[in-house]
Amino acid sequence: MKRNKCMRLIALLAVAVFTICSLAGCGNGDSNKTDNGSSSSSSNASSALANIKVGLICLHDENSTYDLNFINSLENAKKKLGLSDDQVIIKKNVPETNECKEAAFDLVDRGCNIIFADSFGHEPYMIEAAAQYPNVQFCHATGTMAHTEQKANFHNAFASIYEGRYLAGIAAGMKLNEMIESGKITADQAIMGYVGAYTYAEVISGYTSFYLGAKSVCPSVTMKVQFTGSWYDETAEKEAATKLISSDCVLISQHADSMGAPTACENAGIPNVSYNGSTKDACPNTFIVSSRIDWAPYYEYAIKAVAEGNRIDYDWTGNISTGSVLLTEVNEKAAAAGTQDAINKAIEDLKAGKVHVFDTSAFTVGGKTLDSYKADVDTDDNYTPDTEVISNGYFHESEFRCAPYFDLRIDGITTLNEMY
Amino acid sequence: MAQNEQKVKEPLFHIAKRSSIVWWKAWLIRLAVILVALMISGLVSFLLTKENPLEIYSVIISGAFGTERRIWNLMQNLAMLLCISIAITPAFKMRFWNIGAEGQVLVGGLASALCMILFGDKLSNPLLILVMVITSILAGAIWALIPAIFRARWNTNETLFTLMMNYIAIQLVAFFTYKFSVPKGSGQVGIINRTTKAGWLPVLGNQEYLLNILIVLIVTIGMFVYLKFSKHGYEITVVGESQNTARYIGISVKKVIIRTMLISGALCGIAGLLLVAGTDHTISRDTVAGRGFTAIMVSWLAKFDPIFMILTAFLVAFLDKGAAEVSTQFGLNRSFSDIIMGIIIFFIIGSEFFIQYTVKFRRKEEA
Repeated sequence: MKRNKCMRLIALLAVAVFTICSLAGCGNGDSNKTDNGSSSSSSNASSALANIKVGLICLHDENSTYDLNFINSLENAKKKLGLSDDQVIIKKNVPETNECKEAAFDLVDRGCNIIFADSFGHEPYMIEAAAQYPNVQFCHATGTMAHTEQKANFHNAFASIYEGRYLAGIAAGMKLNEMIESGKITADQAIMGYVGAYTYAEVISGYTSFYLGAKSVCPSVTMKVQFTGSWYDETAEKEAATKLISSDCVLISQHADSMGAPTACENAGIPNVSYNGSTKDACPNTFIVSSRIDWAPYYEYAIKAVAEGNRIDYDWTGNISTGSVLLTEVNEKAAAAGTQDAINKAIEDLKAGKVHVFDTSAFTVGGKTLDSYKADVDTDDNYTPDTEVISNGYFHESEFRCAPYFDLRIDGITTLNEMY
Repeated sequence: MAQNEQKVKEPLFHIAKRSSIVWWKAWLIRLAVILVALMISGLVSFLLTKENPLEIYSVIISGAFGTERRIWNLMQNLAMLLCISIAITPAFKMRFWNIGAEGQVLVGGLASALCMILFGDKLSNPLLILVMVITSILAGAIWALIPAIFRARWNTNETLFTLMMNYIAIQLVAFFTYKFSVPKGSGQVGIINRTTKAGWLPVLGNQEYLLNILIVLIVTIGMFVYLKFSKHGYEITVVGESQNTARYIGISVKKVIIRTMLISGALCGIAGLLLVAGTDHTISRDTVAGRGFTAIMVSWLAKFDPIFMILTAFLVAFLDKGAAEVSTQFGLNRSFSDIIMGIIIFFIIGSEFFIQYTVKFRRKEEA
């Protein structure tokens, strides 16, 4: 009994000591903060890149192709702008909870004057952080709310990645054509499989543009989509890809962030069109090409704007011309002959406005060609359709808001399940 | 006979249970072990990263205590982990292996979130919060009650049962986050009632986490008193030691199991309420973030003593925050900080072995 009491006393004492230590820490923290405050105000005046400090909040770490793409892009932008190592702070594995706001605040405390976050679910916490620190710029990738929030220091960004998917789809279609010509499959057997994360506009827009790209060169193509219900779940993505392969899909692509689907394809010897970056090293025999968003142009644009004291757009959409939408090198070993040339030609056509990805004459919904569609561009709880997005014969994707809003279920694509 | 005895070879050393140990000796062992753990992890980090180990330690400390905000954040993490650890303690003390805290907290949080979504504009705020408190406690309690009844009635395996209940809870959350996701199909509920703040727990003294911390403090002291001084606490101890003894002295084992799990689940429900209505204001599959499992370690390390648990929960929360800072500061992968944390906790658990047992070396051959 007595011993227990003593131990308990010591435990309590230890807690007390820690509390005192932490209070002492408080004092230091406060003085740091005031230092930061004065330096950031003087930085506004001098408006030079030397006073810039950039923070990036990532949902996962380098093991996720999605986060890796953000991290690498920031490294490139850093080099290009000549920023030093200690001008960039990257916080990894920050969940989409209050911890995101804490991470943002902590970056502010360290003197960051511009903070990026890479995951969709970070958005509301970034908005809260932005409300608290009006002098710091908060840039959120893939979000939907900045254009309606209209806060001077909260911004969304995305890229017209549907164009990249369309180009990658052309590579897929040419591979299918090659298989048909060699007699490996018949025209009717040109079935592609697609591993998607959620039944969400961003994913729907992605797989539809990919399908339309393939269809533009291989008219008989159809596609099956299997959703995983997670942006990053290696096992589920591998399983989904395997399931698609076993249900006669002869080519796979994916919109999810792990190596699950590419690995399954390499194991089964099924060609794969990847996303977020090249998977050629891991899948040398089956990787055809990958589309990805290069975030470096946005980083450069936003960081420069802060340095020069300019406003950052509420809603910024990168495209092929800004260098935001990229295709990796074509893997000659797996791709059909002439793929690169076909892609190059399509890039020129897209840039010149000769071709539109969501040309209404290229797809039907329920057997009908659309001439009008109202999309839910201004996010609200009831998903109210608010903006007419079809005009001049095509669906205007990513023009009224950077994040995709194409959520039509077009003919030729079968969804095997519905997920979240 | 005598010849036979001589043939048995005495091993180089053997392990014997200590009959008792002076308290300061026990703490000396603990302290020594922590120092060894720090040295080993310092060595490992130097070998792997070539960074100065002392610098790594100072980054760990500044990651947890570096600014006022980090301290509050640490306290909040400590409080939530402690709350769940306290919640599972009575069950574990009864030797009911409740590894379903993750799910019990999650359904508690889900109940609050659903109230916030469905009644946010229908009830006045105090009434809404009251409804949320009741439903989340009920939800957590029911989630714990189901395996408890099965165990008490049909002697099912509670470890498997509570574990499986976690998955049901996670899928329920997945279902509702789909149903109420904004924008459509994103699988994200977003911050609930962001403009009206309906159902958000009040903020005390401008400190977002103060209310959570105070509530957990009350829960901790309450649990200490309950286990130590109440008849229920005594019954839990007896059932944990020996169910037959409990039956012999007239304790209804079934009743104790069910009652204790109800309390355990209800407290988990409160943890869910604090996480959803107190801090996150949203619900997702990651809301509990594995705390339901970490809590088992925290509770066990403290030998199910609620006051000690403050210390063990602090240790885990501190290491977690510090390790995250190491990966930010040195650009290392999160796995690295997990290695360091693993080494330290391994040694601490190991130290309990040397407190319980003593190593006796073979004496020199006696003539």
